[in-house]
Amino acid sequence: MIEAKNLTKRYGDKTAVNDLSFTVEPGRVTGFLGPNGAGKSTTMRLLLGLDRPDAGTATVNGVAYRDLARPLRVVGALLEARAVHTGRSAYDHLLCLAQTQGIGRRRVGEVIEQVGLASVARKRAGGFSLGMGQRLGIAAALLGDPAALVLDEPVNGLDPEGILWIRNLMKSLAAEGRAVFVSSHLMNEMAVTADHLIVIGRGRLVADCSTEEFIERSTERSVLVRTPDGQQLAELLTRQGATVTRTEEGDLDVTGIEAPRIAELAAAEKLVLHELSTRRGSLEEAFMELTRDAVEYDAGLPAAGGVK
Amino acid sequence: MSAATAPLAASGPATGGRRPGFGHLMLSEWTKIRSVRSTVWSLAILIVLTLVFTALFMKMGIANWDKTSPSQQAEMRLDPTGTILGSGILLSQLAVCVLGVMAIASEYSTGMIRASLLAVPRRVPVLAAKASVFALLVLAVGEVTAFGSFFLGAPILHDKAPVALGDPGVLRAVTGCGLYLALLGLFALGAAAVIRHTAASITVVVGFVLVITPMTDLLPGSVGEHVHAFMPTQAGFMITQQHARAGDVLGPWQGLGVFALWTAVLLAVAAVQLRRRDA
Repeated sequence: MIEAKNLTKRYGDKTAVNDLSFTVEPGRVTGFLGPNGAGKSTTMRLLLGLDRPDAGTATVNGVAYRDLARPLRVVGALLEARAVHTGRSAYDHLLCLAQTQGIGRRRVGEVIEQVGLASVARKRAGGFSLGMGQRLGIAAALLGDPAALVLDEPVNGLDPEGILWIRNLMKSLAAEGRAVFVSSHLMNEMAVTADHLIVIGRGRLVADCSTEEFIERSTERSVLVRTPDGQQLAELLTRQGATVTRTEEGDLDVTGIEAPRIAELAAAEKLVLHELSTRRGSLEEAFMELTRDAVEYDAGLPAAGGVK
Repeated sequence: MSAATAPLAASGPATGGRRPGFGHLMLSEWTKIRSVRSTVWSLAILIVLTLVFTALFMKMGIANWDKTSPSQQAEMRLDPTGTILGSGILLSQLAVCVLGVMAIASEYSTGMIRASLLAVPRRVPVLAAKASVFALLVLAVGEVTAFGSFFLGAPILHDKAPVALGDPGVLRAVTGCGLYLALLGLFALGAAAVIRHTAASITVVVGFVLVITPMTDLLPGSVGEHVHAFMPTQAGFMITQQHARAGDVLGPWQGLGVFALWTAVLLAVAAVQLRRRDA
């Protein structure tokens, strides 16, 4: 379990992370979402002891990262910026990390197999593509078979096949009971990967809730109705308290009333419906709206825990 | 794995097991050094070139013996060991400075330092292990080149300036040459650990050793003499002299001690900064 308590980090007069508190539970993928510059990488660096917080604490299993005796066996990390000597082979890179933790060569071979780098393991990492570099980073994260993973933008630079691979990998790691903490600036990617979401904007917590709940609350639902009796139905629905607008094609766009109720009302009045479909607003747009001004939205959003 | 059976709570499963020993870290640093091809090649070339240059300079010295000034001839007769060691060392010095800088600055330039610090979050042991392994490696290479140079140069000089390993001060000077190179490597590594940028570190270290230190010799009076004598590489280099000379401010071991002190201060500053700074 990863826990951040009132984390604050300032660079000069800019506050990158502002009084941030959350927990990352084992057994699920927790998405860490926010636009570029929201403070995601900084938060992860604070968790991993690379930066020192100005206030607050970050712990893994209740222990600060710096106090972990063999950290790679507790937390595996993939950092956004590359952390590999370009002149060293993938195998030697992993070997020198493994040796600091007393991890054997066999495990190095295993993780290389697992991420699909076996054929290039003896080649210089400097010649790796972005995708291969990410796979090497994942291999380093898995090296110590850790119970928690911290992955900063792992899908960056991956092709569609690679994205699918990492998505499934994260899900299976969580299914094995590990805590998986993964950052992204892409709402749609997180919507299909994460079970839980922690959303930040300008270094502050915006939302901390299940992905389902987040989608439910962030996107307004509307019902598209295509009918030859538009005028009548519109009046009927308006009387029931719905908001009805006409689309350019002359269809009705209805909010504030569910599709089954519309069908029932239409049937009772013997009005003909050609089409009746529920639509969701764009998740990506809702996310952008939400994080545009983090402070204003602070109070009005779902907060399963952490938001004060 | 032993992690689960560790007896103390502080070293139990929550922290990943017992803290790994310093040997583990040294093994890791050794893997880092030997797995970068340019480092291995540089060291091999350093040995070969130093030996070749030493032989070449000695042969030239003998060939031009009659043309050299009497004072220079006297100098060579007085300290043949220093003459032999001094001819190749300029090259080895330069290579050791660059390698010392690269050993740590390349971790910063490639981002590898973050992976290293994630594995060893206490940080200072990484620097200590790296410095130890690098110093031992340069010591081995330095001794090979020092003894190699001596056994190559002594027979060439034999007719004009005979010298044997058993002569007073010779063994100390030859062994000390390797020690000097190892310290110089640490000095460069320490400077680079403070500066953290490859090009800047090389400029500072090489400039300091090859330009600023000789320039302090031009400072006037006894103050200037002392400043020059206490400059790190000038002081350290005293160890390669077979005999003390009139006007020497420091003896061979004193000089090496002064150099060691400089190096220790640099490494201490590097360690403090490593702990404090964000990586």
